[in-house]
Amino acid sequence: MADTWTIDGVRTALTTKKVSARELADEYFGRIHARNQELNAFLALSPERAHAQAAKVDSWVAAGKPLPPLAGVPLAVKDVISTRGVKTTCGSKILENYVPPYDATAVERLEAAGAVLLGKTNCDEFAMGSSNENSAYGAVRNPEATDRVPGGSSGGSAAAVAAGLAVAALGTDTGGSIRQPGALCGVPAMMGSYGRVSRYGLIAFASSLDRIGPFATTVRDVAAILQVMAGRDPNDSTSTTAPVPDYQAELGKAVKGLRLGIPKEYFGAGMDDGVRKKIEAGIGVFRQLGCELVDIAMPHTDYAIATYYVIATAEASSNLARYDGVRYGLRVDDPTLLGMYRKTRGVGFGPEVKRRIVLGTYVLSAGYWDAYYLKGQKVRALIAQDFRDAFTKVDAIVTPTSPVPAFRLGERTNDPLQMYLADIYTVTGSLAGVPGISVPCGKVCGKLPVGLQIFGPAFGEACVLQLAHAFEQAGGATV
Amino acid sequence: MKISRADVVRVAELAYLDLREDELEMYRAQIDEILEYIGKLNELDTSAVEPMAQVLADHQSADATLREDVIVPCQTAGEILRQAPDAAPPYFRAPKVIER
Repeated sequence: MADTWTIDGVRTALTTKKVSARELADEYFGRIHARNQELNAFLALSPERAHAQAAKVDSWVAAGKPLPPLAGVPLAVKDVISTRGVKTTCGSKILENYVPPYDATAVERLEAAGAVLLGKTNCDEFAMGSSNENSAYGAVRNPEATDRVPGGSSGGSAAAVAAGLAVAALGTDTGGSIRQPGALCGVPAMMGSYGRVSRYGLIAFASSLDRIGPFATTVRDVAAILQVMAGRDPNDSTSTTAPVPDYQAELGKAVKGLRLGIPKEYFGAGMDDGVRKKIEAGIGVFRQLGCELVDIAMPHTDYAIATYYVIATAEASSNLARYDGVRYGLRVDDPTLLGMYRKTRGVGFGPEVKRRIVLGTYVLSAGYWDAYYLKGQKVRALIAQDFRDAFTKVDAIVTPTSPVPAFRLGERTNDPLQMYLADIYTVTGSLAGVPGISVPCGKVCGKLPVGLQIFGPAFGEACVLQLAHAFEQAGGATV
Repeated sequence: MKISRADVVRVAELAYLDLREDELEMYRAQIDEILEYIGKLNELDTSAVEPMAQVLADHQSADATLREDVIVPCQTAGEILRQAPDAAPPYFRAPKVIER
């Protein structure tokens, strides 16, 4: 059986009866059993659900019916996304035994399109982290260098796709949690515009920032997954009615003549020299493709991390108030209700989650709200304006995804602020609500992947995908 | 110093979060450093800037408050109650609420 499957490859193999959906699912379960003890990418597997879905796909093939776009595609889903009947822990002890009574809209749509759910992937607790070391169920190892982190918070999804344990995976991105692990594990990874994909069933961290998006081995597959998930969902009032273009049809369009902004603020101090050289080589690929490179300024970039850690923690402190030991999850007994709340939350949440709840509650508390939260919302407006201004001059913005390649496990865990700075190039787009992709752009030290990030204007996913695809086709992954 | 030990105790109380002695000091020191960093936002004059609560334009999210209020079947009460640490269907059970 082939090592690397793509969505098109699965379709061809199914229709020519080279493989059945059942055999393919079992091939992937076999790979997971062989590698997961080392990588810790999966927290739970869903063989019954996968086999039932595979049987359905195989019956369509047998009956000669037209196959839906993702028929038989083995898929992994980050453990902050609800899956009916399949344990969903958010990487937290407080939800250790939680089994959602419903599916997230994204999962429902992917399954309706024929995808086969293999299981749930490890992540930083409640998606809070940049290295996957904040999972209550242990760190994930980077398949490219197993002494290093896969990035986070969607580290399990990135590692699963990079190691060939799933054809595609879903992650979530609040400040970089899809793009950064995509970069560190060397796979394409995308967040669509805020409002492009329904958040229904995504267990909330920071509601004005959270987005669901795909990892895959090719940009074409990323486009195919996004295509199925995108579009209005009545169950998420922030999902928009903006029309969804045919992304795969857009992929083939020439990128010659497109104007790409290179913001100088993304090439400052703190950036690894090896990463810088690869990104410069990557920009050279776009030049050869006939894109016009334009130096631009995004003057509020340097304030993005500070803004993000005010807004995201404030929203988190509010969203995580629901874990009270009454309706679901852990309860630590106490004779009084308030004592039960305090003990349950004190025991159930891990260190990073508690740190963010304390910070978020503080910035929202009486006397500090104006100085921190309101200030953060105002600077967020300035950062969003930087993007709008840029997109009056250019079609897309090209930057590094992460200032550094994958770091060693344990290297940054004692310094939260240093860990937060890992997201310095990704949080800007999160705050502005624009779409962004990370595509592989060479390796440093012979083995550590580098990611190149492309931002487009809000609902400009087609242009982002078109550029990423052209970059990939032109050999960008091996610059 | 941006945040005191008493502030952390007060905030943990607001968030119904038990923190151990060692956690109190660790979080105080770490959050102090983070708040120091966040202080750089004061370099910017934002007196004329409207705060941004969310990114969607009005026309994109207008239906959020205007959808029809339609009743749809939802037969998941049993499944939901099964997730509760202490349920007495059709109720969730919680410890007695007493005066603080």
